[in-house]
Amino acid sequence: MSTQNPTSSRIHPHKFTLWVAMASIIMMFAGFTSAYIVKMNEGSWLKFQLPSIFWLSTAIILLSSLTLHLAGKSFKAREMTRYRQLITVTAVLGLAFILCQYFGFRSLEKQGIELIGQRSNSAASYLLVITGMHMLHVLGGIIAIAVILFLAYNGKVKNYSPLPLELTTIYWHFVDVLWIYLFIFYHFVG
Amino acid sequence: MSHEVETHAAGVVTTHEEHGHHEHHEHHDTFITKYVFSQDHKMIAKQFLITGMFWAVLGGLMSVLFRLQLGYPDSTFPWLETILGKWAKGGHITPEAYYALVTTHGTVLVFFVLTAGLSGTFANFLIPLQVGARDMASPFLNMLSYWFFFIASIVMLSSLFVETGPFSGGWTAYPPLSALGDASPGSKTGMDLWIISMALFVVSSLLGGLNYIATILNMRTKGMSMTRLPLTIWALFFTAVLGVLSFPVLLSGFILLIFDRNFGTSFYLSDIFVNGVGALPNEGGSAILFQHLFWFLGHPEVYIILLPAMGMVSEILSVNSRKPIFGYIAMIGSLFAIAILAFLVWAHHMFVTGLNPLLGSIFVLLTLLIAVPSAIKVFNWITTLWRGNIRFTPGMLFAIGFVSLFISGGLTGIWLGNSALDIHLHDTYFVIAHFHIVMGVASMFGMFAGIYHWYPKMYGRFMNNTLGYMHFWITIAGAYLIFWPMHYEGLAGMPRRYYDFSIWESFKQFVELNRFISVVSMIVFGAQILFLINFFYSIFKGRKLTSQNPWGSNTLEWTTPVRPGHGNWPGEIPEVHRWAYDYGKDGKEFIQQTTPVGDDESNH
Repeated sequence: MSTQNPTSSRIHPHKFTLWVAMASIIMMFAGFTSAYIVKMNEGSWLKFQLPSIFWLSTAIILLSSLTLHLAGKSFKAREMTRYRQLITVTAVLGLAFILCQYFGFRSLEKQGIELIGQRSNSAASYLLVITGMHMLHVLGGIIAIAVILFLAYNGKVKNYSPLPLELTTIYWHFVDVLWIYLFIFYHFVG
Repeated sequence: MSHEVETHAAGVVTTHEEHGHHEHHEHHDTFITKYVFSQDHKMIAKQFLITGMFWAVLGGLMSVLFRLQLGYPDSTFPWLETILGKWAKGGHITPEAYYALVTTHGTVLVFFVLTAGLSGTFANFLIPLQVGARDMASPFLNMLSYWFFFIASIVMLSSLFVETGPFSGGWTAYPPLSALGDASPGSKTGMDLWIISMALFVVSSLLGGLNYIATILNMRTKGMSMTRLPLTIWALFFTAVLGVLSFPVLLSGFILLIFDRNFGTSFYLSDIFVNGVGALPNEGGSAILFQHLFWFLGHPEVYIILLPAMGMVSEILSVNSRKPIFGYIAMIGSLFAIAILAFLVWAHHMFVTGLNPLLGSIFVLLTLLIAVPSAIKVFNWITTLWRGNIRFTPGMLFAIGFVSLFISGGLTGIWLGNSALDIHLHDTYFVIAHFHIVMGVASMFGMFAGIYHWYPKMYGRFMNNTLGYMHFWITIAGAYLIFWPMHYEGLAGMPRRYYDFSIWESFKQFVELNRFISVVSMIVFGAQILFLINFFYSIFKGRKLTSQNPWGSNTLEWTTPVRPGHGNWPGEIPEVHRWAYDYGKDGKEFIQQTTPVGDDESNH
């Protein structure tokens, strides 16, 4: 029943909803990172090097934003084959990002830094929880990409509405920027 | 429902708007899509309301049970053992059961009744109707919002039946009680269910809030500028903003708590010795950190509860005084100020946690600043009533009752907001009295006012007036009789959450007073049964509504048919030409928002 006057210059309600949802997500990570700062200043804080694979994951997620951006361009140019290829690549890069994060946690454990359990230090636990929550948000983005992939490959419905792609793109860039923020935060604050 | 069908339906409606057809849309709803998985905001509102009422009865009954313990600590009630089993051995509520009852009463009333039941109901019901939209920005998310609340309710309800009992560490769920299963019986499975339920509830609130904001900002009908919105919508808007920005912070606190509970991390835990278990290895955590994260939601939550009531009261007072609301822009400004300040005062719940006194004094200042917008609102409500042609409908009485309670409870807030006084009053019955009056009962009054006032729009029938008056007078007299004496008890230092005061030399003097409070609370609970009977009886047998606009009100919801279908207006959505408060203007009793401004009208 959602209706809107097609001539309206207002932003689409779903897009607006997404922006508000992103503000909400920002608040959650603001909560996490401020808890991190508070805890860090209370002492018994373990200093350790971030896993170097996080640099790779950062490069991967940046690249995925680029491929999704190019996918949007192909969609506008109606180059559907190229569009399908590019969003598939984006989804794969997203999965690769999540895997990299996972290997990052494994490498910390190999160094003897426990992330959970009673001998863990909150410094490492925070890294796990915050990064883990971000991974869940990336996973949400991958599911969104899976949906537009399905729309693109489903031959029965010719759907040229740019809205699903636009929503996914905004969200994907958002989780990308969110990771950049977290990465910088870990480096300069942690 | 696939997305395709939705888009298609939207397309049809749009065409109708363009060509101005006036035929009614027949929806072929099955029982399931109409009453269960409904995407109609009006049905979702009713679902929120009735689920909220279920919880209000249960939460209220819990308070009657623990008041029984506080009023009659030495008596035994064999029937209690019949209904509560081992939780009332020998007809006497056990300490574990007492704490579980207090905790669940708080959680349920704050979140399930006054957040979901109040703002969930009226945001859903009023936003599309009053801004002139066919439904919410995303009816599907809106439906999800209710069903997340429903699942949260089921999980919370199931926690009452587990062997170790529901969570019993207070509604604020402070660690370590909430983080360590060995800390108390309620901290085991009961707490797991509590936290799952609350996480689901946060998701429900967020989905709802996103929709409310998007609908208010994007879906208003032609001519409905922001400054023509009724104050209900402004209040619901700020409520949604508060929820969307503060619930995620609570969620982050809960996630850390889950890790501490289940994965052995030490976010909140440090240097703890548990009786029977020994010293715990957890080191370096901070229990106070949870309080920061909790109250960063917890304080805005107070306004999430209160603002919808304020908005509805503003509207109902104006309609039933037959006068424009006094100081419309000041009302919006004060709502805005309250919404901003709501985020800047959370530490006033933590004055006695060893907070830096300098920080404390900043929070005192910011807290006391809230008195300014609150006073503006009270002034405007009273001046709206002043020399009005008042119709004392049950809804209006509850709205006036709200103003009375808000003043009484707000004044004690000024006491508690001072850190120096708070050292004495913290965790006493003074606090109980303060927040029950200003947040609990006042918001309940706002909710009752809303129900009586919009009942004809919800069900096409009126509620019974006589029962409504009885309900009002018993409830307002009872509310003051219950909570007023608690101020004295609190000033005398009587702490909250204690199981039995009769064994304390300092508090023995209050045995009679406690018994009095308990008796009144049972009477007031009985009066709510009157309301329930009235509510459900009137759905089927109430006096039928014969006109579209029974209260002579200006707002858009009264331009819809008596029983609006999904889509609200059968034809085009009406255009709006004026603000919502043209009462008694140019000799006319009321001018609806849809009436174009005439040439002979004075300025507005």
